Amino acid sequence: MTMIFGIPIQALLGQLLVGLINGSFYAMLSLGLAVIFGLLRIINFAHGALYMLGAFIGYLLLVHLGIGYLPALILVPLAVGVFGMAVERAALSRLYRLDPLYGLLFTFGMALVIEGVFRFYYGVSGNPYAVPSLLAGGTNLGFMFLPNYRGWVVVASLVVCIGTWLLIEKTRLGSYLRAATENPELVQAFGVNVPLLLTLTYGLGAALAGLAGILAAPVYQVSPLMGSDLIIVVFAVVVIGGMGSILGAIVTGYMLGLAEGLTKVFYPEASNLVVFVIMAIVLLLRPAGLFGRDA
Amino acid sequence: MSELTLQDERNAASVRLERALVALGIVALIAAPFFVYPIFIMKMLCFALFACAFNLLLGYTGLLSFGHATFFGGAAYFCAYAVKAWGWPPEAGILLGMGGAAVLGLVMGFFAIRRQGIYFAMITLALAQMFYFFCVQAPFTEGEDGIQGVPRGTLFGILDLNVAMNMYYVVLAIFLIGVFAIWRIVNSPFGMILRSIRENENRAISLGYSVGRYKLAAFVMSAALAGLAGATKAIVFQFATLTDVTWQMSGEVILMNLLGGIGTMAGPAVGAGLVVGLENTLATSGFPVTIATGLIFMICVLIFRRGIVGELYARWLAPAEGGEGGKG
Repeated sequence: MTMIFGIPIQALLGQLLVGLINGSFYAMLSLGLAVIFGLLRIINFAHGALYMLGAFIGYLLLVHLGIGYLPALILVPLAVGVFGMAVERAALSRLYRLDPLYGLLFTFGMALVIEGVFRFYYGVSGNPYAVPSLLAGGTNLGFMFLPNYRGWVVVASLVVCIGTWLLIEKTRLGSYLRAATENPELVQAFGVNVPLLLTLTYGLGAALAGLAGILAAPVYQVSPLMGSDLIIVVFAVVVIGGMGSILGAIVTGYMLGLAEGLTKVFYPEASNLVVFVIMAIVLLLRPAGLFGRDA
Repeated sequence: MSELTLQDERNAASVRLERALVALGIVALIAAPFFVYPIFIMKMLCFALFACAFNLLLGYTGLLSFGHATFFGGAAYFCAYAVKAWGWPPEAGILLGMGGAAVLGLVMGFFAIRRQGIYFAMITLALAQMFYFFCVQAPFTEGEDGIQGVPRGTLFGILDLNVAMNMYYVVLAIFLIGVFAIWRIVNSPFGMILRSIRENENRAISLGYSVGRYKLAAFVMSAALAGLAGATKAIVFQFATLTDVTWQMSGEVILMNLLGGIGTMAGPAVGAGLVVGLENTLATSGFPVTIATGLIFMICVLIFRRGIVGELYARWLAPAEGGEGGKG
C-alpha cells in the first residue's frame, strides 16, 4: 500500500474528500453571507437556520408529498428564497439605517425561532434522507472509491459558486448590485429600484443557503441543529477570507474544508479547532483577512 | 441662565429619584428571601451581575462580544474544580474563577480588538466556540456530565454556606460589590475615555489615546466580572456544566441587556431578572424557551431598542436629553 508521511494514501484521500465536501458547504454558505453583507451590510446570523430550513423542506416534501430529490433541488431554494424575501420586506428593511449590529441581533433571534420551532416538532435527533437512486453507488477511480453523490455535491457546489460569481461580476443585474454596494443613493437617483434590489439580494442569499441545505440532506442527517453547528465555523471562514470579495469567500471556504480534512488525518483531536486556530493566526498576521480590503 | 437653572433642578431631582430607587432596590433585595424562594433570587442575582459586566463592554465601550459565555462558564469550571478536587475554600475558588476569566478575556480580547463592529462579534463568537470544544474534550470538565456535587464550604472558615440564608446574603454582597465596581469604572476618567471610544473612536485616537489598550482593559474587566458571576453561580448551584459555555448563553446575556436597556446602569439587571423569570415560567409550561427568547430578540430590535430602563429613563428622568438611550 502506498504511504505518505506514514499515512496510507487511501485514508489521506478519503479525508481530503470529506474535507472537500465540508469545504463545498463552507464555500456556498460564506458566499451567501458575503453577497448579503456586500449590499445590505447585515451579517445574516440566520444563514445556518435557512440552511437547516432547506434541508428540512426537502425532507418534508419527500416524506409527506412524495416529491423526490430532483424537483426539490428547484423547489427548496425557491421556497427558502421567498421566505427570505418576506423577512427582508417585513423586518430587515427597517434596520438599514441603524448600526449593523442590530441586523446581527435580529437575525440571531430569527435563527433561534426557526430552530426552536423545528426542535419543538421534530426533536434533536437526525432524520436520514436517502441518496437519490440516480446518484447512488460509487465509482472506482483507480486510486480510491468515490461515492457518486459526494462527487455530485462537489461539482454542484462549484457550479453554484462560479455561477453566482458570474452573475455578480458579469451581468447587468450584477453591475447594478455592485454599484448599489458602492453608493446606493446615486444608483437610486439613476432610476434603479434599490429597495427591490435589496429584497432580491437577501432572497438570493437565502436561496443559496436553502440549496446548500438540500444538497447536504443526503450527506449529513437532517436535524434542527445542523445549521447552528455550521454557522459559527462559517463565520470564522468569513473572518479569515474577509468579506471584500465574492471569489475570496469561495476560495477560503474550500481551503478551510481541506485544511480540516488534513487535520483529521494527522491530529484528529484538533480537527474541529483548526479553523479557529487559523482564524487567530490570520488575525495576527493580516487583520483585514486574506482577501479583505478594509481593516 | 434661567434655562440652565431649570435644567440643573431637573438633574438634581432625577439624581434624588435615582438614589431613592437604588436604596429601595437594596432594601427589597435584603427582604426578598423571606418572601421568595432564595435559590431563585440567587440565580437572578448571578445573571444580573453577568449582564451588568457585559454592559460595561457593550453599553459603555460600544463593543458587542458574542463570546461572554466563555468567561461566565469558564470561571464556573475553574471555581468548581478548585473547590471540589483541591478542597479550596469558596472565596479562593471564586477568586480563581475570576482570575481565570480575566486571563481568558486577555487572550480573547487580544485577538478580537484587531477588528471592529460585526467582525469583533464574529471573532469573539468563534473563539468562544473554540473554548466550548476545549471544554467538551478536556478531562477536568467531566464532559457531558459537568462537575457535579461541588461543596459550598464555609466562607473565610466561619460562615457556613450550606445555610440558605448565609449563602443568599453572600451572593447579594458579591452582586452589590460587583455592580458598585462597574458603577465606579463607568463614572471614572477611565470610563469617560471608554465612552468617547464608543461615540467616536477616530476622535479618541486623534486626541492621543491608545484606543486598543483601553478596549483591551475594558474587555478584561468585563470578563473578570462576568467570571465573578459565573464562579458564584457554581458555588450556589454546586455544579458547573457545558450549558454555561455555549453560544446560546452568550446570546442570552445580550438579550438581557437589550431587553433591560443597553448603556443604562440598572437595565441589564432588570433584563436579567425578566429573562430568568420567564425561563422559570416557561420551564413548566412546555412552551420552548428558544422560541420565546428569539421572539423577544426580534421584537426588541425592531421596536424597543432602548429597552425597559432606557425607555423609562428617556420618558421621565431625563426629558431634556434627546436621542437614543441605547448604543450610539
